[in-house]
Amino acid sequence: MPRVVVDVMLKPEILDPQGQAVANALPRIGVDDVASVRIGRRIEIEFTGEPDLDRAREIADKLLANPVIEDFTVTLADDAAEVGS
Amino acid sequence: MTARIGVVTFPGSLDDGDAARAVRIAGGEAVRLWHGDPGLHDVDAVILPGGFSYGDYLRCGAIARFAPVMESIVDAARGGLPVLGICNGFQILCEAHLLPGALTRNLHLHFRNRDQVLRIESTDTAWTHAYGEGQEVLIPVKNGEGRYVADTRTLDELEAEGRVVARYLGGNPNGSDRDIAAITNAAGNVVGIMPHPEHAVEALTGPSLDGLGFFTSALKHLTGASA
Repeated sequence: MPRVVVDVMLKPEILDPQGQAVANALPRIGVDDVASVRIGRRIEIEFTGEPDLDRAREIADKLLANPVIEDFTVTLADDAAEVGS
Repeated sequence: MTARIGVVTFPGSLDDGDAARAVRIAGGEAVRLWHGDPGLHDVDAVILPGGFSYGDYLRCGAIARFAPVMESIVDAARGGLPVLGICNGFQILCEAHLLPGALTRNLHLHFRNRDQVLRIESTDTAWTHAYGEGQEVLIPVKNGEGRYVADTRTLDELEAEGRVVARYLGGNPNGSDRDIAAITNAAGNVVGIMPHPEHAVEALTGPSLDGLGFFTSALKHLTGASA
């Protein structure tokens, strides 16, 4: 069944202390060329019928993301990427 | 006449018992409301208590916002019903767009639990008119996602309209914009506060009795309105 993927990210102007904490930990594993890390959320939706991007957008706008602090994108899952997962 | 103040219990609410108790200590009648029941049972005001409704899944307050009882509360609040959201209740009010802005992860990523000095900045609300303007109060704060954020225009608007209800003094416990601890809507009937006034209503369990004013304010507001 094709899935719709919703990616939710904090808006660029909203501080992401979790991302900063991860960025600050990177030197401990020998990584010193990362300028910034930001953390978001990926949500996969399966519809009972055909995937409905408009409906997914409505779900994302109403519930999955808080438009006050977050942006979201809605895409059809790339089935090729699922091979071997 | 004793005012009836509803206290909502969501799955994961923690401080509903303390909030109901604070209402009783202030002299009101506490009415327990259930998240799955859209009925408001003739209450004169509503408190959304602290806790972790729906396990804080997705975002704090995001799922509670769509509970059957919330639809009734949002309608009633738009009609002037006094509503106080404490901690998780504040998060729910923001998610429900009854209050602007959002509560996000504490800047330092640590849960903060301490007695906190606040300055009451606005006494022009249903929940704070028993205080003096500029009065300093000591009230416990306990949150992991209590950092109030809003865009600059919203913050300026809140300041200009006197809608910042309380600010943190002596250290901002979570990194909130402009040290904001509590705000109100334009009408002054809906207030959201991160610290917990219901934990500061008696000497045995609280650091002060400073929180009682929120509950006596509502009772005075209600009995005054009905007289």
